[in-house]
Order: sequence, then structure tokens, then C-alpha cells
Amino acid sequence: MTIAIPATSAPRKFGIDVSKPVLYGSAAILCVLIVLPLSWLFLYSLTDAKGTPTLANFYRLFSETAFLEPLITTFVIATSSAVICCAVAAPMGWLVARTDLPFSGVIRALVTASFVTPPFLGAIAWELLAAPNSGLLNKIFRAVTGAEQDSHLFNIYTIQGIIFVISCYTFPYVFVLVANSLDRTPGELEDASSILGGGRWYTARRITIPLVLPALLAGALVAFLQAMTLFGSPAILALPAGFHTMTTKIWSLFQYPPKPELAAAASLPLLILTIFLLRAEHMILGRRGYSVVGGKYGAPRLIPLHRLRWVAFIVCLLVLMLPVFLPYAALFNAAFSPVATTFLTFKNATMHNIHFVLYDLSAASLAFKNTVILGTATATIGTIIAVIIAYVTARQAVKGHRVLGFLATAPIAIPGIVLGVGLFLSYTRPPFVLYGTLWILLIAFVTIALPSAYQQLQAAFRTIHPELEDASRILGATRLRSLWEITAPLLRTGVIATWCFIFVGVMRELSAAIILFTSETKVISVLIYDLNESGDLGAISVIGIGMLIITFSVVIAVNRIPGFGNVRFRN
Amino acid sequence: MTKRLSKRDVLKGAGALGLSAFAVRVAAAPAAEAVTPVLIEAAKKEGKVSFYTAMDLQFAERLGQAFEAKFPGIGVRVERSGAERVFTRINQEYSSNIRAVDVVNTSDQAHCIIWKQNGWIVPYLPEEVVKHFDKRYYDPEGLNVTTRILISPIAYNTNLVKKEDAPKSFKALLDPKWKGKLVKAHPAYSGTIMNSTFQVARDLGWDYFVKLAAQNVMQVQSATDTPKRIALGERAVMVDGAGYLVIRNKEAGQPVEIIYPEEGTPLATGPSAVFKAAPNPNAARLFQNWMHSREAQQMIVDSARQYSSHNQTVEKPGVRKLADIKLMKEDPEGVLTQADAVKKRYAEIFKV
Repeated sequence: MTIAIPATSAPRKFGIDVSKPVLYGSAAILCVLIVLPLSWLFLYSLTDAKGTPTLANFYRLFSETAFLEPLITTFVIATSSAVICCAVAAPMGWLVARTDLPFSGVIRALVTASFVTPPFLGAIAWELLAAPNSGLLNKIFRAVTGAEQDSHLFNIYTIQGIIFVISCYTFPYVFVLVANSLDRTPGELEDASSILGGGRWYTARRITIPLVLPALLAGALVAFLQAMTLFGSPAILALPAGFHTMTTKIWSLFQYPPKPELAAAASLPLLILTIFLLRAEHMILGRRGYSVVGGKYGAPRLIPLHRLRWVAFIVCLLVLMLPVFLPYAALFNAAFSPVATTFLTFKNATMHNIHFVLYDLSAASLAFKNTVILGTATATIGTIIAVIIAYVTARQAVKGHRVLGFLATAPIAIPGIVLGVGLFLSYTRPPFVLYGTLWILLIAFVTIALPSAYQQLQAAFRTIHPELEDASRILGATRLRSLWEITAPLLRTGVIATWCFIFVGVMRELSAAIILFTSETKVISVLIYDLNESGDLGAISVIGIGMLIITFSVVIAVNRIPGFGNVRFRN
Repeated sequence: MTKRLSKRDVLKGAGALGLSAFAVRVAAAPAAEAVTPVLIEAAKKEGKVSFYTAMDLQFAERLGQAFEAKFPGIGVRVERSGAERVFTRINQEYSSNIRAVDVVNTSDQAHCIIWKQNGWIVPYLPEEVVKHFDKRYYDPEGLNVTTRILISPIAYNTNLVKKEDAPKSFKALLDPKWKGKLVKAHPAYSGTIMNSTFQVARDLGWDYFVKLAAQNVMQVQSATDTPKRIALGERAVMVDGAGYLVIRNKEAGQPVEIIYPEEGTPLATGPSAVFKAAPNPNAARLFQNWMHSREAQQMIVDSARQYSSHNQTVEKPGVRKLADIKLMKEDPEGVLTQADAVKKRYAEIFKV
């Protein structure tokens, strides 16, 4: 603030206006968060081990089958997962949002449960269920049909198996987008169609489905990106299946002797593809603006399913058995049975694994502590940054807010493992030597969480009418005061939801953590990955169940906090 | 610390004078170190030791607890992963100036050669090592000591394979009847497997692995994972892996049996070393010293079911004596120069 502005020329500004410092501060933070790692990534990909400029890394990348095959595999996995997610999640979202499906709340809760499950934990649980010979489901199959020892119903160690497991823990993204979009779609449009003689199914086909298409497209894209950039599930299943994906290949390049320049080069196709897809989505959706309809709507019309109600409910439950009931049953079984894939009985039940994790496993307490610290810190810092940026952009409070919005969304284009590589290259050298501390993980997790946190909060801000703030400011409150006393209480739900979302995200995160951890900064996801390496499935089950208990208790506890200022709001 | 070091330097000098007459390379052999009350006191002040290891997690934690029981107040934090990953991790941490590791135990002798070249490890010879270890089991300059000797045999699940049908040799695994029934660990993650893959490729030729890959082999990372996969019944036969875990699983009542292949059983010795820049230098030395005591070495035999290099340990029945097994020859220098080529060739053959 070098130029003093006369108070009269800016009547809206009372007291100290912090807008500009906030804007520049946030922009600077975002630049450091995003631009620094990406610059190093580009630099490394274009130099050889000695630092001379070269294109040899890219030449190797596109000429050796060792790199081309994973690239193709990754593309196949991501495309198939996106298609499956849409095929499953869209009808389910419609059933929950638009029909008189019984217990739709239960279905939503179960979808949330599959979202909270880390994909790598789900992959291990599915190993227990569907490994061709020792898998519980295959054992049941052989017992029931009397089939031979070698025959199996499922084989999780195949590309189909990996696609299935990835879809199990990616479809919640599509479900939430579709269901939310349907929740918001005005009933009047459907009423109009009915009045004009359109039948229920005709209306659904001609009105509802086109309205929800943008959300579905966005969902498909998110599912594709998730499946493409996931590290945990492929790392656990792809090696036994006998192939690499791009993320496991990038990780293997860190093996001794490390080849960071190749890892950087291998990261770029993922980055470029992501940016390209996001642009494509923007172009398609940009032309079809009809999903954003103003005004107040009537409640959505629920389509009666009649006799099919219960059929639909049971189908939904059966689908949700796959990501939730079966895996948790398998983990529970492995936690208490003597050998991970032996069926648990009262006779053979053992507390051995629990004892091992609680009393013997010396790395466990540190990993739990680190994870909880990181989860809490990331969620708090990430929410604060997202609130500030969402406020600035939603209220267009300062010039240049669009740049902030763009920077906050940009990390969505950076896959976790790519960010991990970039951060590793950035923060293992002066002036910022953060590798080996929790800070580097904090930076990674905040960056990864920012886009969705920002989008959620921006949506939340849009639902609050600026008139309330304006009234407060006309009555003499500063921007900060009206924000604190008017907007904050109204935002409470949105902020808590975002906080929990980030916290869960930290629990799920493995792809950046696997690059950035050291022995002192291990997190639970990495600990589980290490235990999986040596096949300690019982211990993994105990830790996995413990992790879920922590996640759920934190989420419930945070929702119970008497929010900032909401008591005053009620008065 | 400085005091102790200078004292040892004096001893080292004295030792060198005495030995120089008949040993050239061994000139700098350090004096044997006893567990002194001063060392214990200094270690207790540090209160912890960070132990990076490739030994199986259950045993590593048990070893740590036995140490804590003997020296209360010094916690052992076990950092376990496959030897090649331990090696990668230390390399990554040291190149970023992170000094977190106190004591390391790997299963790949070649690692110690590199650490020695880098000047990262420090000479430290426990008293009992000098007294009771054969000279081939410790570095002449005292930089590392072989803590455990392990083998990587073939093994099978006795519920899935009858004893008379079990494969007797590596060559036998190429029989079409084993297609889809084999599990193998990966040399890029496990030190034991790096050594066994090197030895098998040297003795039987890479062609053997090309044929083996056609058998649709299930690939896992760690040598400690393959024994668990056959115990689960996920695959009938393991091509390689930690033999000691097969013995332990068998003794725990699981349906597994070991086979010492006719061509010879791959051998890997697991050395330990103290790091020069260890954050807990005294606790590190105390732990290294205790780990090679008769007490800890007997644990290696009794509960880890591996072979000890301590000549006073007592064999526990139920396992074939090391001297009675036809072993493949270990070659750390060969692994050192060819590790990268082995990984590359392996990835080409097995596609992972």
C-alpha cells in the first residue's frame, strides 16, 4: 500500500483494508506451491544427469517399450474405469436423487464410506477376496461348485482386476457430481414437459438426462484422471499381474541409481494429458451453459418406481457390496484369523495381529502421529487458503481475482506422483531444504487438496447472498468484520465439509507421499504399503481398520464442534 | 565422543603396528570393542536407535524388544523394507543431507562395498566378533559384520503338491505342469533376490529365466513375501525367497516344505554396519555390539531360523545344517558391478 487513497474516493473502504495484501500474499503462496515444482520438473526432463540440455530423456521415453507399454496400459485402465464409473454411478445417482428409492440416505452414506476407503487399502482387501487361489471368494466358489483346485472365478491380478478395483474407489466422485446436479435441477422444467404431454420416461430422457450430462461429463473426466494418476492400487496389484502403469514406472525410476531426469520426463505426458482433457471439458461445457439456471426452484420431482422400488434398492446394495461390505469383511477376517485368507471361526480367532500392531510394530505410533498431525494441519491450512481465495473470487473483491481462481484450480492438472517428483526436485536443495521434514508433505497435501477445496467453498459462497454482507458494510463494518459476523456463520457447513474432505484426502494419499517420505516422516499409507511389500496382511488389516476408525471419529468430532459464531447467528 | 574416538585411534595405531608385519590390507584393523558402562550410559542418554533393516519385520521387532529389555531406556525404531529399497532410501536421504540411520542390516553385501567407498560407514568391531566369528564374516577394517546367513531355496505348499511330485531342481520348474503355479520375488526390491537371481543367472544362464518367464510366474516384491504366498496357497511353489520364513511357517503348523535345489541353493549373507554420521552414535555402537553377541545371535538361530556366524551358537533341530547344503557361491563384487544390468535384464524378461 504505497499510494494513500483518499477516504472519500473509496467510500466502501473503512479501517484497514487487507484486500490487496491478501491478494498478493495468496498469489505468491500459490505461485511457490505450483510454479516452483513444475519448473524443476521441466528443467530436469530437458537435461541429462550432468545438467547439459538434451532431449534424450524424451527420446528414451517414446522409443523404449519399457516406457511405451505402461503408457498404453495406463490409458486403457483409465478409459475403462471412467466408463464403468459412469455406467454405475450415473443410474445410482439418478435413483437416489430423483426417485422414491427407499433408504436413499443409506445409499448415500455407503457411497461416502467407499470414498473414505483409501484405494490402496481397497486393493489389498480385494487381494484377500479375489486372488485366484487363496482369495476368499474363489475358495467359496470351489467349495460350492466342487471345482478343481486350480480353477477360479475371479483373478484380481489381471488388467481387468485392476480396472475393477480402481472403479470401486473412483465411482463416488461421479456419483456425487451426478447426484448433486440432479438435486439442483429445477422441477419446473420437468413439470412443463409433463403438462405438455410428455410421459415420465419421456421427460427423463428428454429433459433430465440432457440437464445432467455436463455433470456426467465432468464425472467421467474426474474418474479418468483419478484412474490415470492413482499409484496405490496399481502398485499393489500390477506387479503380481506382470505389468507396469505410468505411476509405478515413475516410482521405479527412483530405485538406485535414481534417475530423476527420466522420472521428470515420464511425468510430463501425464501432466500434458491432464491439462488437455481439462481444456477439452471446458470447451464442451462452455458452450452448453444450461446447467446453470438462476432463480428459485421447486423441489425436484420424485419418480415413483412402484414395485421396482425394492428391486432398485437391492441392486444398489449389491453394487455397494463391492467397494464396502466385502472388502471390510475381508479385512476384518484377516485381522483376527491366523492366516490372512483362512475363514475366521470362534475357534481359530486370534488377537495376534492386534497385539503385533499395538505393542511390537515400532514404526506404527510415529506413522499414526504423523498422519494425524498432517491431516489436521493440511485440512486447516488448506481450508483457510481456500476460504480466502473463494471469497475473493466469489465476491470479486479485488482486481485480478481470476488469476487467483486459476492458480487455485491449477493443481488439479498435476497428478500426485508428478507433484511428488517436482517437490522432491525443488525441496532437496537450498534455499528450501524441506525434504525429511513434515513440511514437504504438508506442501504436497495442501497443493493436492486445494482445487477441490476451492471449488467446494466457491460454490458455498455463491449460495450466500452478498446483500447480507453489503447491509453489514453499509452499517459501518469493515470487510473483515462483516465476513466474520455475517458470512462465516452462514458458511459453517461448507467449511466443515471442506475440512473433512481434505482430512479424508490426506488419509487416502499415497502417490506423493511414497516419493517424499523419510523414515522420520512416514505416514500410515506408506506404512501400509511397506507392510504389503513383505506380505504382512494381518497387520495391514488392523492398521487399515484403525485408520478408518480415526477418520470417522475425526469427521464426526469436527461436525460436532460448536461452530464459529453460529450461536450468535441464531440469536 | 571425541575422547572415546581418540582413545580408539591410539589403540588402532597400536594394532596396526603389531599387524603390519604380516597383513598389508588389514593394517587399519580396529581393536575389539567391549560393552563398557561408559558406552551404555552414553547410549542411554541418546535414548534411541534407528535400525534400517531388510530382515523380516516380526523378527526385527523382536530383536529390538530384546535389546530394549536388556538396555532399558533405549528404544529401537525398526525401519524395514526390502534391502534394495533400504539402500535406495539411505542413498536418497544422504544425498539430501538427511542423517537418520544409525545401524543398517541389509541382505546384499554389495551395499556395504558402496557405503565403504562413499565413506559413510565407520569401523566398529564388537569384542565377540573378533573372538567368535570366522574372518570371512567380517570386514578386515571392521566396517561391517555378517549378522545373519540366509538361503533362498525352493519351497512348496504340501496341500497343493504331493511330496513325490515336488520339484527337485530349478530346471524342474520349467516343466509345463508348473505353469501358473509359481511365485517369485523381485531383484529390484530384495537384496536376497538380487543375489539369488545373480547366482542362478551365472550358474544356469539368463536363458533359464527366459524359459521361466514363459511359466506365467506371479511376481511379488520381497523375499519375505513369497513364503507367505505359498503358505496362503496362492501359488503352489516359490522359486526363491527367504528360506527361514518357510521353516518358521512350517514350525507354526502351516503346510509348507523346503527344497534345496540340485543345482545348489542361492546364498546371501546379511551384513550390518554403523553409520559415521549416525544421530545416535553410542546407541548405534551398543546395538551393533549386542546384535553380534551370543545372546542375539542365538535368537537369529532360534527365532529367526537363519544361520549365525557366531561359532558358539547352538543349532536348533528341524533345519538342515549349512555345511550339509550344496550352496551357490556368493559374489558381492560381481553383484556390485552387475546389479544394474541384472535389474534391467530381469525387467526385460519378466516385464516388471
